Parts: sequence; structure tokens; C-alpha cells
Amino acid sequence: MKRMSWFNTVSLTLGFAFLYVPMLILVIYSFNASKLVTVWAGFSTKWYGELLQNEAFLNAAWVTIKVAVISSTIATVLGTMAAYVLVRGGRFMGRTLFSGMIYAPLVMPEVITGLSLLLLFIGLGLDRGVMTIVLAHTTFSMCYVSVVVSSRLVTFDRSLEEAALDLGCSPSEAFRLVTLPIIAPAVISGWLLAFTLSLDDLVIASFTSGPAATTLPIKIYSAVRLGVSPEINALSTLMIAVVTIGVITASLVNKRQMVRQKRDERAAERSA
Amino acid sequence: MMRRFTLIAVPYLWLLALFLVPFVIVLKISLSDVELARPPYAPHFDWATGIWAFLSELDFENFTWLAEDDLYWKAYLSSLKIAVVSTFFTLLVGYPMAYAMARAPQEWRATLMMLVILPFWTSFLIRVYAWMGILSNEGFLNQFLMWTGVISEPLTILNTNAAVYIGIVYTYLPFMILPIYAALERLDESLIEAAEDLGCSRLSAFWLVTIPLSKTGIIAGCFLVFIPVLGEFVIPSLLGGSDTLMIGKVLWEEFFSNRDWPVASAVAVVLLLLLIIPIVLFQRNQQKQQEAEQ
Amino acid sequence: MLRPALCLFAPKPLIARGPSLAPVRTCGGRSLTIPVFEPWNDPEAKPLIQFQNVTKRFGDFTAIDDLTIGIYEKEFFALLGPSGCGKTTMMRMLAGFETPTEGSIYLAGQDMAPVPPNKRATNMMFQSYALFPHLSIWENIAFGLKREKMPKHDINDRVEEMLRLTRLEKFANRKPHQISGGQRQRVALARSLAKHPKLLLLDEPLGALDKKLRQDTQFELMDIQEKTGTTFVIVTHDQEEAMTVASRVAVMDHGKIIQVATPDRIYETPNSVYVADFIGEVNIIDGTATPNGPDSYSVAWKDGQAPLNVQSPADFSEGQTCHLAIRPEKVTINAEKPEGVDNLVQGKILDIAYLGNISTYHVELPSGAVIKAQSANTRRISRRAFTWEDTVWLSWTATAGVLLAE
Repeated sequence: MKRMSWFNTVSLTLGFAFLYVPMLILVIYSFNASKLVTVWAGFSTKWYGELLQNEAFLNAAWVTIKVAVISSTIATVLGTMAAYVLVRGGRFMGRTLFSGMIYAPLVMPEVITGLSLLLLFIGLGLDRGVMTIVLAHTTFSMCYVSVVVSSRLVTFDRSLEEAALDLGCSPSEAFRLVTLPIIAPAVISGWLLAFTLSLDDLVIASFTSGPAATTLPIKIYSAVRLGVSPEINALSTLMIAVVTIGVITASLVNKRQMVRQKRDERAAERSA
Repeated sequence: MMRRFTLIAVPYLWLLALFLVPFVIVLKISLSDVELARPPYAPHFDWATGIWAFLSELDFENFTWLAEDDLYWKAYLSSLKIAVVSTFFTLLVGYPMAYAMARAPQEWRATLMMLVILPFWTSFLIRVYAWMGILSNEGFLNQFLMWTGVISEPLTILNTNAAVYIGIVYTYLPFMILPIYAALERLDESLIEAAEDLGCSRLSAFWLVTIPLSKTGIIAGCFLVFIPVLGEFVIPSLLGGSDTLMIGKVLWEEFFSNRDWPVASAVAVVLLLLLIIPIVLFQRNQQKQQEAEQ
Repeated sequence: MLRPALCLFAPKPLIARGPSLAPVRTCGGRSLTIPVFEPWNDPEAKPLIQFQNVTKRFGDFTAIDDLTIGIYEKEFFALLGPSGCGKTTMMRMLAGFETPTEGSIYLAGQDMAPVPPNKRATNMMFQSYALFPHLSIWENIAFGLKREKMPKHDINDRVEEMLRLTRLEKFANRKPHQISGGQRQRVALARSLAKHPKLLLLDEPLGALDKKLRQDTQFELMDIQEKTGTTFVIVTHDQEEAMTVASRVAVMDHGKIIQVATPDRIYETPNSVYVADFIGEVNIIDGTATPNGPDSYSVAWKDGQAPLNVQSPADFSEGQTCHLAIRPEKVTINAEKPEGVDNLVQGKILDIAYLGNISTYHVELPSGAVIKAQSANTRRISRRAFTWEDTVWLSWTATAGVLLAE
């Protein structure tokens, strides 16, 4: 294995420092005893304690998680359906419009999506709250799900479905017993993507939420506009920790599986 | 047959109702007049008066207003400028990283890749917020620079365009790295060796072989940064100052502070028109890439 | 390569096709009375599968062109042709994945058009095997049986039977990625046979295996076909494979069947230059025929060469253009001029392809034509009587070749 050139090493080091140092500082200062975020006054976890006492934050967090779970689940179902239609549906009336509507939200500025949905909800006379946020989040995240799932479906060996039909499955059984279990990893990552997008969203939620339902990003945004606060640092640290643990676990599991599969394949060829 | 119909109809109707119809409403309101009422615009569609009476009340007044008031077209121009400049800087930072990742030993690549993707999963808002603590007058950066003696007075970075650029490069960097890395990783290293064998210097081989072959990745990365930055709201609102004009922020204020829905809708329509060109170009680039892969 | 040669190398004695009372066919010519399995020659026999004027178009492209053919029960029927000739489309129409544009397909007398793939008594072995990666070998084989709602212990018995038949007992609990390519091929076969289909379709079943394994597996396939008595239809582009396994071979080109016959007849009496050329090596000599007796012709060919004597059951009129197809192994090569032969030409050795057991000589005639002759290397190569640039005599009998119109 050849060594990396100094130039590549330097650009990687600087690049990753740029990506991670700000978050690291954020994490470190969340353990700062001082109220002044920029002056170090000794280690303390008191901000975490205060965070857990803060009713408003806890309520917002609860709303956010509720919205994220519901919307990402609906989005996964709809997005998987849409992906199946796009990849396998063949031709139908308005197919171009359909695929346009799937891809457009990916590049649509959030302010426009948010504004247009708000105007719709007002037009329909819907009370803004958890339900409207769920509708909004489902709409844009189902498009992400469908992109993730359809990229898996494109590489899916179609003869597997044909084999299932050939062995006596009805089309829906073939989907349930063969297609779905095989594309499950893509569906799960689609769900995770939808879930994080929903957790993360500030702009669309601001447009579509009402006074009854405030999400965590809205809460953080209004707190942060007034300046840096140690409580927000603590909250950020918790969120970063959850994501980091999740992503690292997922990639380790994934890697283990790949290693095992490779080993099995080699063993099978040797034993033949 | 019934099943296929349901399969198509459900997501189709969902998107029609919650994606297309809202746009039609935005378009309609952008052609309406502002009113002190709930909802604060007129006319409302009324079956009694008929569609022609309704249509005849719509006009382009809000768009003329956008063209006349220089706040708006300055905001559009400034958004374009910020998007172009920050895309350029993101490319400048992202390309060497993608290149180094693609040249890194095979067993590191998955880890490096994960390190690039990880920030993408963490909250956007938090990542922007992290820079507020760093860039403020008494922030980490100023403390560090004063400590090293480079400066004696704290620099004002937060609430300027410079902070906006830093924030954009920081948050959109993964979008630039990933497509370029994908293009570079596919690149056969023996092509570089062949170029050097045929008399190229290291640098000219890079310029004549590597860059052209990673072109689709570069273009894809640039659009993935440029398009969302054009309508960006969070970064200018948290890191920018009062003089940072970006159209996403203008729309937000028009809507929430001024409660001028027709003008906000007109701003949205113009922003969308502005986005159509880069989106079409991006789509074409992706298509070309797909064809090349087949 | 040819069926008679087969029994010399077959790992176990081959069982004659057809009714179970058939005695074992033994090598060495101590011929026993073998009940002939050729229902296609029996006017009473009803084909299991009947293609009736079937045409399949994909847009402007005609994949199958007005095709009519019958395939009989217990046959091992091979569809042979280059890629894009329509053989896979024919098979997919049998399985139900494509519907004919025109015409109908009958299975056991029933029109198959309205029957969806999952309701057909046919099963298919896919080229990619299409094993379900998330299920074990056992579950893969049981998959079709479970869809039939077969009682649990019957499923167990059937899967065990299939595992035994394909010698996969040891691997029942493994996943498809944990076994080798050859084992995967056998799983695919076991899975498609498990439901005891009336008809088994095999799409290039051995394409993914290396040559040695492929040859062994061919015999295994024949063995299993004979044991189960299932009708097999195999799609292949490998002529050796088709000749080895099939009771009849259909040579296809551009959506049409050019010839259907037993392997030996395909090889010995091709009905066209296309078939002669597609199967094995062949010399094609163009000329004009002059009848000089019953089924006997004198063929004038290159200027300055003596006319050729040909005995071939064909119908040519005086001066009609014809093509003489003659296999290289039927052309004898000699250093000395042989006496008393039907056809004799002289030429110079241009090239020798040494294959170990045999050599193919490319002999250039004075007129510039090149004729290939094959001979077994019965002597050591150093003792060979001729080599490059030597002048040699080529000879063949009047019945060695076939006279073809097109």
C-alpha cells in the first residue's frame, strides 16, 4: 500500500479539522461552568441539569419526535410506493408530472415549500398544529425516501420477482415475500433519512406550525437569535451524541455484515 | 389492475394535493392584492361570481412592485452573488478533500466517507449555531488570534457577509465532496500513469486528465450547493448582519413581519423562476452522467 | 460431442429416454432393442406444448415470427441460436412473462393466454438462478410448495427429496451466498423441480459455470430429467450443450425456427447452410448441380476442377445453384495420391491447428479455395507425413456431404 502524499494528508487534515473543530468547541463549552459561553470557568454539567428542568424544551422535543416518527413512517410507505411506480410502473398518464413532483421538492427552497403549504392549510381552514407539520414533513421527505429506494430498485435483479411469480406467488405476495425483504435496508435508510430531515427542519415547520405546537428547531432558533447560550450547547451536544452513536453503530454493523459475507463467499468457493 | 391503480394513485394524489396545488395557490395569491382582512389578500374565489370575474381581478401589480422597489432586485442579485462566491469557495475546499479521499488507501475510504457524511446527519441549525460562538467578537477565533498575537483588536466577523460565506461552505461541504469523490474514485489510476508515461508532468496530467474526467462530479457538486444556497434562510438570518440581503430572508420577513402575503408569494414565484435554469442544467448533467455509465 | 461418442465418456451408463421398461444402452455395439423415443414421428401423439402461428413484437422489432411447433411430453427440447434470435422470448412466453402478439400457445390442450405466470404448471430455472438471497437453501426450495399450501410434512418430504436428488443435503441451512456457483445452480434446479411441474424451462442453465463443471452438470441434468420424467425446454447458445442434452434441437434465427431435428440429424443432415455453419465446423462448396441418377449429382464448382460426385437426398434441377456442406472430419488427407475414391483434389497445406487429439489442416487448392480436413493424431507429431507447405491429396466419398439449396 502506497503512502499518501503530503499534499493529500494536509488537505484531509485541514478539511476534517474544519468540519469537526466547531462541533468539538460546541461540545466542550457545553461543560463550561460559566454562563458566559466564551470564558472557560471549569467543568460542570449543570447546563444539562437545567435543560432537563426546562419544560418548554422538553415539550418541544416531544412534539418533534412525535412529528418525526409519524411523518417519516408515512413518508416511507408513500415514498416506497412512488419508487416502485417510477421504476416498475411502466407507462401511465401523467408519468412525467409524477416524476417531476418527486424530484422537485429535493431542489425546492424550503421557504417556498413552507409558504405554499401554509397558504394551502389556511385556504382549507385547517388549524395549524402537529397534523399540519406532519403533512408538510411527509410531503417533502417522501421524495427523499423515493430517491433512496428507487436507486436500490434500479439495481434489483428483476428475475427474483419473476422467480417468485413462477413459483406461484401473486404479484403482491412476490412484493411482500421477496422484493421487500431484499430492499429492506434501502427502505430503512429511507426512513432514517426522513426521520432526521423531520427532526432537523426549521423553515417548513415554522411556516406550518401553530402556537399549539412548537418543534425543537423552532425553539432553538428563537433562543439562538438572542445569542449563544450554554443550555443550547448542552442540547446540541446531546443531539450530536445521539446522531454520532447512531451513524457509527450503523456503519459498524454494515461493515461487519460485509466482511462476513465476503468470508462466506470465499469459503464457499474453496469448498466447491 | 386495481392494485396497480391504487399504487400509482395514492402517492400521486398526495403530491398533487400537497405539492402542486399549493403552488397554484402561491401563484394565485401573487396576483392578488393585499387587504387588511383574514386571510389578508383579495380576491377570493367565489363560485357565485364565476371564474372570469375572479380572473379579471388578478393582476401583475405585485411583480411591478418587485421590479420598482430596488430592495427586491438587490436581494436577488445579492443572493446570486453570495451563492456563486460560496459555491466557488466550497469547490476550492471540497475538491482537494475529495481528491485526497479517492487517493487514500482502500481500507480508510469507508471511514473517511463516514466522516464526511456524519455532519450531514447532525442538525443543520446546530452546525450553523456552532459558528456563532466561534465568530463573535469575544468568540473562540478572536481569542485565538489575539492570543497568537496576529491581531490586537477583535475582528468583526459575525453578522457580516464573511460569516455567511463561512457558514455556507461549512454546512454545504459534504454536498460538494460526495459527487466529486464518486467521480474521482471511479477514475482509473493507470490513466494518470499513461499520461505521465506519454510525457505529462504531474501537474499537467492532473490538469489534462483528472480534472476533465471529474467534470460531471464537479458540476453536480456545484449545483447541489448553488441551488439550495440561493433560497437559504437560516444561515443569513443567524450569521449575517442587517445588511446581508438574501431572498429567502426577505421572503420570510415579508411574510412574518410585514404580513404582506401577495408580495411574499410574488417573491417566491420569482425565486422559483430564477431556479429553473440551474435545475434544468443540473438535470441535464445528471442525465449525461447516467448515459455515460451505461 | 456427438451422441454416440457420449457413452464412451459418460460417468454412468445412460438410460434410454422414454418408458421405464427401456433396457440399459451399453457401449460397444452389443445392441439391444431400444424402444425408440420419437413421439414427433408418431401421428397419434399429442404434443404437450403447441405453438400455433405465434408472433411476438416489441415495438417495431419482431422477436418471434409466425412460429408453429409442438413439443412432446418427456422431451428434452433445446432452443439453440445466437443471442437475439428469439429463443429467450419463446421461453418467457411459455412461463407467462410475455404474451404473444398474435397466435396462441397451448399447454396440454389448454390455451395459456389468460393464465398468469403464478397459475401455470410450468417452472423456470433462471439464467441468474434468481435464488432469494434472504432465504436459506431449504426455504428457497420450499418456497413454491408453501405457496401451494401443501401440508407441512409433505413439504419436508419433498424438499428432502429434492436435496437428495441434487446432492445438496449438507447445505440445506446455508444462504445462497454461502455456497459455490455449481451448488447454486443445483439449488435453482431443485427449486424449480420441487413443484413437479409439467414443464421445466431452463434459461441458459449452465452459462455461469466453467467448462469442466458445465460438462459434468450436463450429464447430471440429463440424469435428473430421466429420473423425474419432466419435460425440459432448455435455451442455450452453446451448440455442444444442446447436442449433448437434448432429444431434439431447434435451431433458431431471427425469430424463426430453421430446423428441428435430433442432434445427429442436425449435424449430419442440416437443412440449410445456416444450420450447417452454426453447428460445428463445415466446408461449404458452392457449385451447380447436374442430376446423374437417383439422388446422385455431379457438381461443377471452381473453374479447372473436376466436378464432384455427390449422393444426397435432395431435389435439384439441371444447372441449379447448390452448396455442398461437408464436415472436415469426413475429408481424408493423404501425402500419396489415393486410388479409387469418389472425389479427389490436390492442394497445399496452409495452416495446421493442432488440438492434441486431432489436427485440422487448412488446405489451399490451386484455385485459391481453402478446404479444411481433420484427422486424428494417431502417431506422434514428429512422425507425421506432412507439414506446412507440403502438397497433399484430399479425398471424400460421394455420401460424405450434404447438398443444400440455401
